Amino acid sequence: MNRRHLLTTALAGATVTALPAFAQPAAIQVGAVEILTGPAAAYGIAIKAGLELALDAINLKGILGGQKIALTVEDSAGDKNQAINAARKLIGRDKAVVIIGPTLSNEMFAVGPVTNERKIPTVGTSTTAAGITEIGPYIFRTSLPESDVVPVTFKKAQARGMKTVALMYANDDAFSKSGYDVMKASADKLGVKIVATETFGSKDTDFSAQLTKIKALKPDAIAISALVEPVSGVVLQARQLGIGPEVQLIGGNGSNSPKLGDIAGKAADGMIVGSPWFIAKPDEVNQKFVAAFKAKYNKDPDQFAAQAYDCMFIVAAAIERAGAADSEKITAALAKTSFSGVMGPFAFTSGRDPASADGVVVLEMNGGKFGIAK
Amino acid sequence: MLGQQLANGLILGATYALFALGFTLMFGVIRVINLVYGFYFTAGAFIALYLTRNLGWPMAVAFPAAAIASGVMAIGIDGLLLTRLRRVGAPELASLMVTLGAVLALYATATALLGPDIKRFPASVIGAEAMEFAAIRITQAQVLILLATIVLVGGLLALMHGTRLGLALRAMAENPDAAGLMGIDTIRLAALVSFISGALAGAGGVLIGLNFNAIQPYMGEAMMLRGFVVIIVGGLGDIRGALIAGLLLGIVEVLTAGYIASGLKEAVAFAILVAVLWSRPAGLFGRAVTRRA
Repeated sequence: MNRRHLLTTALAGATVTALPAFAQPAAIQVGAVEILTGPAAAYGIAIKAGLELALDAINLKGILGGQKIALTVEDSAGDKNQAINAARKLIGRDKAVVIIGPTLSNEMFAVGPVTNERKIPTVGTSTTAAGITEIGPYIFRTSLPESDVVPVTFKKAQARGMKTVALMYANDDAFSKSGYDVMKASADKLGVKIVATETFGSKDTDFSAQLTKIKALKPDAIAISALVEPVSGVVLQARQLGIGPEVQLIGGNGSNSPKLGDIAGKAADGMIVGSPWFIAKPDEVNQKFVAAFKAKYNKDPDQFAAQAYDCMFIVAAAIERAGAADSEKITAALAKTSFSGVMGPFAFTSGRDPASADGVVVLEMNGGKFGIAK
Repeated sequence: MLGQQLANGLILGATYALFALGFTLMFGVIRVINLVYGFYFTAGAFIALYLTRNLGWPMAVAFPAAAIASGVMAIGIDGLLLTRLRRVGAPELASLMVTLGAVLALYATATALLGPDIKRFPASVIGAEAMEFAAIRITQAQVLILLATIVLVGGLLALMHGTRLGLALRAMAENPDAAGLMGIDTIRLAALVSFISGALAGAGGVLIGLNFNAIQPYMGEAMMLRGFVVIIVGGLGDIRGALIAGLLLGIVEVLTAGYIASGLKEAVAFAILVAVLWSRPAGLFGRAVTRRA
């Protein structure tokens, strides 16, 4: 352990070899391309931590009759070209049989065609954009797209009696608009009547006109798709204008941030948001993961670490079932994954996307903090 | 619903007018389009935030302190940027470019130091509970904005038209060289205008920050576009015009969002700007040739 930390520090985030290659000559080579430096480094560092925590457990027993997995994490710095070079290096130099990552969807759109052509199975743990797995038959992902998360939140609201909903979204931002599209589709599918659709700008601070109009229509719920800052502003003004707890507030992916409580405080109480994972999920697997993560890294895991943790187990199990460190066989084995981890039960669809949204947790704001919605 | 929407529009319009007051004063007297103005607005909000949150000052003390501090800051920055330009008689475009560069540098520095996150005043500094009159809900912060707008507009008009200082300011707006020859110290007067304008911006930043709970380094930038519309429609340098134009813009935006479509509110507001300038190039209340303060 000490030796590994020394190595990590010495290489200062450029190229990080999890296990020295000479220590295990027969190790199975797995590569990962993640953002370890730059503004989005928090995601890649969390993912790397999750992968390595899982790897510790896997290598304790070993796979394929005692062989260990050697994980090499290359830094993409969030740059598409650097991500492609990293993937080429992992395939050519390290002879990686599987690649995990890259971190961002737009990096996957660059790296995926390269690894797919080399027939190396590539598994994204945090790529949520539409069309990722359509790159080719070797591209998988374990992260739920937003289109799978929002319907679960809407079902929860419907179970609480939502028959009508007003939708609000920021119309100058692609992320917010695509979240709105999913909300609209969910409402239509569940037979919930949309009584109003109101827009605003991501940088707006005044939402009183839209909210006054919505208040007069008396909807059962208001669903908002935007980044957390404008959502907080909408929620604060809704309370000022007298929209009370009788109206269910629903947030999209952008609202799944502790900042909602920091900015809006108690005004956000009662708002529900779907999340692929939550730290306080009570099941044993998750609680064990959280405790082990805290013990190893001395901080709380986030969603990205949790997704990566599961992914490492999914990949290791596929190599085990493949019976050899052979990319073609591993690809076939991955497709038959049946796993249950910290994110809940997991399998791939025939399109190599996550098959079920059963692991989605609906969170509810209470006293400025998220908890699991009852 | 119409009553509440008109109240929403009135409050939004008052925030526009409040923001534009110092901006139009600066232009009217010193003939400078000072884009750093938006930064004084940000600065006022952040200073009041620091005083209330970190030092625990009550809002009643932090508010004037933040306004004065923004005013002092404006004397320094404007003096540094603009005095030289005024001395060499540089054209208005030069001041526009210098202040544009300066304000972008200031916003970026503030973002680097303070972070891009949205901050808000501690919930305890002002009651968030709305009062209700005849089915119209209004919060304490909103009442404060309306009152401050009325008081500041009244105070500025009294200053400009009822005092010797106002006479000197108007003389300077009319013709700075002639005013100088008549014994008016135009450098000191310019510093005073910077102070008043900066303090008004700071005061606006505090009140608008209180109302919208969205204090972040670029908050002044977001208001600047509306500020331009208000001072242009109201007539450059026209305080009464700024008030009326601000209220009109706010009410038009809210009514468009409330009764037509929320996506169209900017389109309608800026279409009005174009229409006004097209029919009355000096603004709704401006007179084409006379310079006024």
